[in-house]
Amino acid sequence: MDTQTLITGLAGVLFAAAPIVFAVLGETFSERAGVINLSMNGSILLSAMGGFAVAYSTENIFLGFLAGVLIGAFVALIVAFASITLKQSQVAVGFVLTLVCRDLSYFLGNPFMGLPGPRLPSLPIPLLSKIPVIGPLLFNADLMTYFSYLLIFLAWAWIYRTRPGLMLQGIGERPAAAFVRGANVNLMRYVYTVLGGGFIGLAGATYSLSVKAGWNGTISGLDGIGWIALSITIFGGWNPLRAAFGAYLFALLQWLGLVLQPSLPGIPSQVLQVAPFPLMILTLLFVNIGNAEWVERTLAAMPESTRRVLARLLRALRASPPAALGVPFESE
Amino acid sequence: MGVGNLPMNVELKHIHKHFGKVHANNDIVLNVPSGTIQGILGENGAGKSTLMKVLSGFIQADSGEILLDGHPVTIHSPADAIQHGIGMLHQDPLDFPPMRALDNFLLGHSGGLFPDRKAVARDFKRLAAQFDFSLDPDSYVDSLTVGERQQLEILRLLWLGARVLILDEPTTGISAIQKAKLFETLRKLTAQGMTVIFVSHKLEDVEVLCHTVAVLRAGKLVGEVKAPFQTKKLVELMFGKEISLGARQAAGPGRSVLELRGVAIEDIRLRMSDINLSVRGGEVIGLAGMEGSGQGPFIRACAGLMRTVGGRVLVNDRDLTGKSYHAFKRNGVSFLPASRLEEGLVPGLTLTEHFVLSEETKGLFIDREGGRKLAEDRISSFNIRGTPLSTVESLSGGNQQRALLALLQDPLSLILLEHPTRGLDIESTIYIWNKLKERCKQGAAIIFISSDLEEILQYSDRVLVFFSGKVSSPLDASKTTVEQLGNLIGGKGWESLKTEKAHG
Repeated sequence: MDTQTLITGLAGVLFAAAPIVFAVLGETFSERAGVINLSMNGSILLSAMGGFAVAYSTENIFLGFLAGVLIGAFVALIVAFASITLKQSQVAVGFVLTLVCRDLSYFLGNPFMGLPGPRLPSLPIPLLSKIPVIGPLLFNADLMTYFSYLLIFLAWAWIYRTRPGLMLQGIGERPAAAFVRGANVNLMRYVYTVLGGGFIGLAGATYSLSVKAGWNGTISGLDGIGWIALSITIFGGWNPLRAAFGAYLFALLQWLGLVLQPSLPGIPSQVLQVAPFPLMILTLLFVNIGNAEWVERTLAAMPESTRRVLARLLRALRASPPAALGVPFESE
Repeated sequence: MGVGNLPMNVELKHIHKHFGKVHANNDIVLNVPSGTIQGILGENGAGKSTLMKVLSGFIQADSGEILLDGHPVTIHSPADAIQHGIGMLHQDPLDFPPMRALDNFLLGHSGGLFPDRKAVARDFKRLAAQFDFSLDPDSYVDSLTVGERQQLEILRLLWLGARVLILDEPTTGISAIQKAKLFETLRKLTAQGMTVIFVSHKLEDVEVLCHTVAVLRAGKLVGEVKAPFQTKKLVELMFGKEISLGARQAAGPGRSVLELRGVAIEDIRLRMSDINLSVRGGEVIGLAGMEGSGQGPFIRACAGLMRTVGGRVLVNDRDLTGKSYHAFKRNGVSFLPASRLEEGLVPGLTLTEHFVLSEETKGLFIDREGGRKLAEDRISSFNIRGTPLSTVESLSGGNQQRALLALLQDPLSLILLEHPTRGLDIESTIYIWNKLKERCKQGAAIIFISSDLEEILQYSDRVLVFFSGKVSSPLDASKTTVEQLGNLIGGKGWESLKTEKAHG
């Protein structure tokens, strides 16, 4: 593989990962606030279909994106209402919604099957795209790809650098303590769940209007992406940077599966297609290895200086879910 | 004043609060002038917590008035309370364990979008230095002890401008040294004009610390006493009757129920080795030490819940080294952990179901009627305030502990307890110890962990002291004072113990 092909390939990875990044960041916000939005898989499909349908009918691609965002936000609002106000199980509600949304998208999407529709144009950034290597790698994509880069850093800065972001961490961790510190826990949970749902919807629209332009029903290849995004959220330890890393890793593994196929004729193509999934699980196990008791015990036996460095590394890698994830909050 | 917060008088006028049919606060009138430490004493369920929740904005009173510096105020929420200058330190500090101390300190402070962490860290360090707290702003809260988490909360509340500090059972779960430190801090704060309200059911804490004590019983304020206090008077007010502590009885020499020979125990943080101990039936051994000094792993090793890494463990002269918890249990060893609801009981199940579960299984199906009778029996003989159908989490701490005792099998040779009376009022404490003493008379030995040094000296025959992986030789409890024990726990005076070891 020559350098040119490699760069184009990697740029393709960044491009293809954009919707996964949106979905993962959306879920991260929602779960940080303590709400699991399990409807993600169906929500992505429905907003992909809806986004395409609106863009096709109005011939305005931005209305398509807007429709996707609104659909995702609306589905999240149902999750929020059921879990925060009605105090129902988030898992049960999310699970049913994911199935309903999926079937709804196939049913409602029938008239739009296989139609040639609008597609987000590529938008090389002047000057920046001319920089060798970096230019074609990062700055020769479309608007949504750029927005995905930006969103990663915005999300990270919001959670870890701002006052409301700090409170967001607190709300998911220990809502009672956040309440004592003045947070309107349930309102904030609504806000972040709906906002996260909007990003999930944007992910769907980004698929149907850019990454896998068009609507092809069951053969869209979108079913399952939501579940992967859910596991990447966990793998990402509810940290936007790590979550984005997971999204890129997944896209990279998928791309490698495609690229390596011709050069590895001995391996059935199915193996390479499926490989990213177990590889993701392995990575997840590795990252959270610090939680295991035997690791702690092995560490304890090491010399102090080594132990301290390793312990700090593992602590940094280790991710524990927001303690109040999935738990309704009542202030007395 | 030192922290720059102005003094404030607190007045409660005719506070009433009902929960359903329970009159939790009945016409409470209380006046706390600034610069004093006001004790609120009462047994569990007397209405202390309710009153403090009213004052700190968690709940609103049905009727009555709160006056701050003479002005009536309505406190809508805990955040509103701190705006008024009322800060509350909860029994289990309401902080965020996986986050750093500095973030905990900062969270809830209002200001611009991007907080200036450097400036906040400066404030943090300045305040910490003022009270001589050695807190690292970068440390994670889950690596701090309860005492340190309290210190962090106190700093935070002061920083937010608290002028009244409410402390709810703050001495539960902290070491003797941290308690001394806490008391020193509170005295320093009141000397600067701060108002402190100290809620406790522990007489000895209230007696040494408070200027005035208000005693609550069954929702009513039954009396207010000024220092110096007479224990007898306070107990009478608390319970409406006199209660005497059981006298120490000498344990007769029984058969050996537990023998540790050169045992080594390893935990993530520390390693203890060469522990030798022989416990006879009827004996009570107290384990003293600051939290995390090795008592936990030690008692779990005695229970078979933790593998020893060296030496031998004998129960009733049978070698059980490396055997499972079930092998220990079959040999008459029982363990009551500190976290009653997490490790000891099953939340969601009723008392009846607990008693049925703890019985030897006969057949597949549950004998409901038999279970109910069994539960009724135990409930009355252990004086548990609950019905056979009460779920365990609906019971108060004291009643949960009674239920755990009632669940112990019969007969037993060794009972291991972790903080058996933590968070319980005196009446429950005495009750629990009477039940335990009965077991001793029947030939069981008891090993217990407590952070209450007086409890350890009061009830044990011998004491083992733990300090960062070191285990003392057994000390005779009747010849040890609280001061000696306190020093040993803090790592002082261990040299003189070495010489005793020869004949200990």
